[in-house]
Amino acid sequence: MTTLTDPPKDSFRLGMLIYDTRYRALTIQVVALFAFMLLAAWLINNTVQNLASLGKPIDFGFLSTAAQYDINQTLIAYDNQDSHLRASAVGLLNTLLVAVMGCALATVVGVLVGILRLSRNWLVARIMTVYVELFRNVPVLLWIVFAMAILIESLPAPRDFRGEDAPAAMLFGDSVALTNRGFYVPEPLFARTLGDLPVFGAFDISLDFLAILAVLGAGLFASGLIRTRADRIQNATGIRPTTWYLRLGVVLLPLIALLVALGFHLGYPELRGFNFQGGIHMRNSLIALWLALSFYTAAFIAEAVRGGILAISKGQTEAAAALGLRPGRIMSLVILPQAMRVIIPPLISQYLNLTKNSSLAIAVGYMDITGTLGGITMNQTGRELECVLLLMLIYLVISLLISAVMNWYNTRVKLVER
Amino acid sequence: MKNPVFLGALTVASLVAGAAAAATLDDVKSRGKLNCGTNTGLVGFAAPDANGDWQGFDVALCRAVAAAVLGDQSAVEFVPTTGKTRFTALASGEIDILARNTTWTFSRDVDLKFTFVGVNYYDGQGFIVPKSLGVSSAKELDGATVCIQTGTTTELNLADFFRVNNISYEPVPIETSAEAQQQYLAGACDAYTTDASGLAATRATFEDPTAHVILPEIISKEPLGPLVRHGDDDWADVVRWTLNALIAAEEYGVTSANIDELVANPTSNPEINRLLGTEGDLGAMLGLPADWAVKAIKAGGNYGELFEKYIGQSTPIGLARGLNAQWTEGGLLYAPPFR
Repeated sequence: MTTLTDPPKDSFRLGMLIYDTRYRALTIQVVALFAFMLLAAWLINNTVQNLASLGKPIDFGFLSTAAQYDINQTLIAYDNQDSHLRASAVGLLNTLLVAVMGCALATVVGVLVGILRLSRNWLVARIMTVYVELFRNVPVLLWIVFAMAILIESLPAPRDFRGEDAPAAMLFGDSVALTNRGFYVPEPLFARTLGDLPVFGAFDISLDFLAILAVLGAGLFASGLIRTRADRIQNATGIRPTTWYLRLGVVLLPLIALLVALGFHLGYPELRGFNFQGGIHMRNSLIALWLALSFYTAAFIAEAVRGGILAISKGQTEAAAALGLRPGRIMSLVILPQAMRVIIPPLISQYLNLTKNSSLAIAVGYMDITGTLGGITMNQTGRELECVLLLMLIYLVISLLISAVMNWYNTRVKLVER
Repeated sequence: MKNPVFLGALTVASLVAGAAAAATLDDVKSRGKLNCGTNTGLVGFAAPDANGDWQGFDVALCRAVAAAVLGDQSAVEFVPTTGKTRFTALASGEIDILARNTTWTFSRDVDLKFTFVGVNYYDGQGFIVPKSLGVSSAKELDGATVCIQTGTTTELNLADFFRVNNISYEPVPIETSAEAQQQYLAGACDAYTTDASGLAATRATFEDPTAHVILPEIISKEPLGPLVRHGDDDWADVVRWTLNALIAAEEYGVTSANIDELVANPTSNPEINRLLGTEGDLGAMLGLPADWAVKAIKAGGNYGELFEKYIGQSTPIGLARGLNAQWTEGGLLYAPPFR
């Protein structure tokens, strides 16, 4: 039996923190961390002290005082006697609105353009190249201002719609008005409405809307069940039953029944006084911002999509073609699902960019969170530091939420390796 | 990561570090240049002319201060500021004086920590509408779309006016007066509201000024004046008394034309002599040369001359003196005595 002897154990000496390579890296990191924290503490302390000596200590009390200004686009009830906090919430919802609309449109346009750029049709491919280069290489602020200028200068003013021989006319049987103050489109109204559901006393949610969502969700779930059943039959017998009319009916029929029960009808915009009344008013600030952000971001998304598709080897296309799939189905069933795992990560950062770029809204007078909390509220209360800190926190949280959702989606679509 | 907070603190710390340097007068002297915050472009008050030189009623005040402090009315660096950026620019020390038709209000004076040194124009908020609209009173604007410069008192006044009169409106917030003009002229808003003087100045630049009418309602008091940072009283005194010197000069009949004559041959009026530095040592009390007021007045003329030159009846802007006449003429201008 042999005896294993441990190597002689050095006792730890202080000098080893510097001279021993095992500890040196750690020492440097700890020292650097301390230096960084000291610097941060010094800056924060300096700021707080200087603000105090200016007589402006950090105080968030201003958020509960009356805002006293009006906001044109409000998704929740708001008037100028409400608090700055509520005005900020209105702005936040406007930011989220344009961000969601922008991400949706940018994705659709981006994917289409990305695919079409690879088209074998010379003209289509070139046009898409021009589009991508044009939008990618001009600052988004210019696109926003440009879109706004076009809307203001090229569309008729509401007063042009007046009179017997009006120079402008409404579209689609007097239901849609395109003016230089925005687009007026019909709004859904309910004759037998279910009313509103107050949430925490802060805002109301339309029960009609919730009911429609619930019915739609149930319909889609039922449709999913039918598909699973069809898959099972196909796996067992090799014959797929025709289900499209069933699936369509399951979604549409309950929805139509609900709409009839609620007394659904459209409210049309109508020129009264200075402006169109009734209908949904999409202000041109929203439209300009939405279109400019979407088309700008779509150019980047198109490049990500093109890169993703090119990353899939040509053998995949050829194999799918050999199986007899049509080109459209090859793209949607074989190429895109595989390309997704390449596309999603850059797509996340494009969504983040779009959301953050929406803070340029003030250029066209769109009242987003930067326009309310970081604009008028900051200006009227003089609380720059507090407002900017809150703004940064809000954008940080929005961005992290988008990242979290997209990362969750990414893990779902990414290639499962065996 | 705490980076955003950290960077924010860094920014603010540097801002505050700038503001903490109190002796603005010494800073200006050693720099040899006065940093003056102005409007981004409001004809008559502050706008670059064809040669790129800033001209206007507010600009003239900065030139007078530069002349008084540095002896050179052209030693001014003009920093265009918007309604939103102006206070940050002043608080951070980027500019020494803000002369940008800014309304003197309680909260700006007390809460935002600025010192308003006086009033150089008594104004009030009004509305401009196209004549073709057929509106003769602001109370008929129910449901109208109103363009408004954001970050100003006009925004709050407008909300109050429509609330008091129980009528509705659609605000269109806008950053600069140039954008407001574009939207207003294109008919994207029915009315444009700002200080009446600004409306007159804006109207003067229209292709057909007669097609637009300024409504009779003046919905607010807007005493406009230059302001400086809180806590530097020496500098505030310099700006305050330069403004007072211009006003007093008009009252005593001292103009840019006769001032050399008055300096060479002092009059029997001791008030004029003290103002012009030929008697007493008022300049030294301010830390300036004895002829500081002479230089300030020679920079562009006295208050009345400046008014006529930039915004008076003979200019396209065509503002009447009204409240801005001397107290002896039934106006509100009243310079405290120079003694």
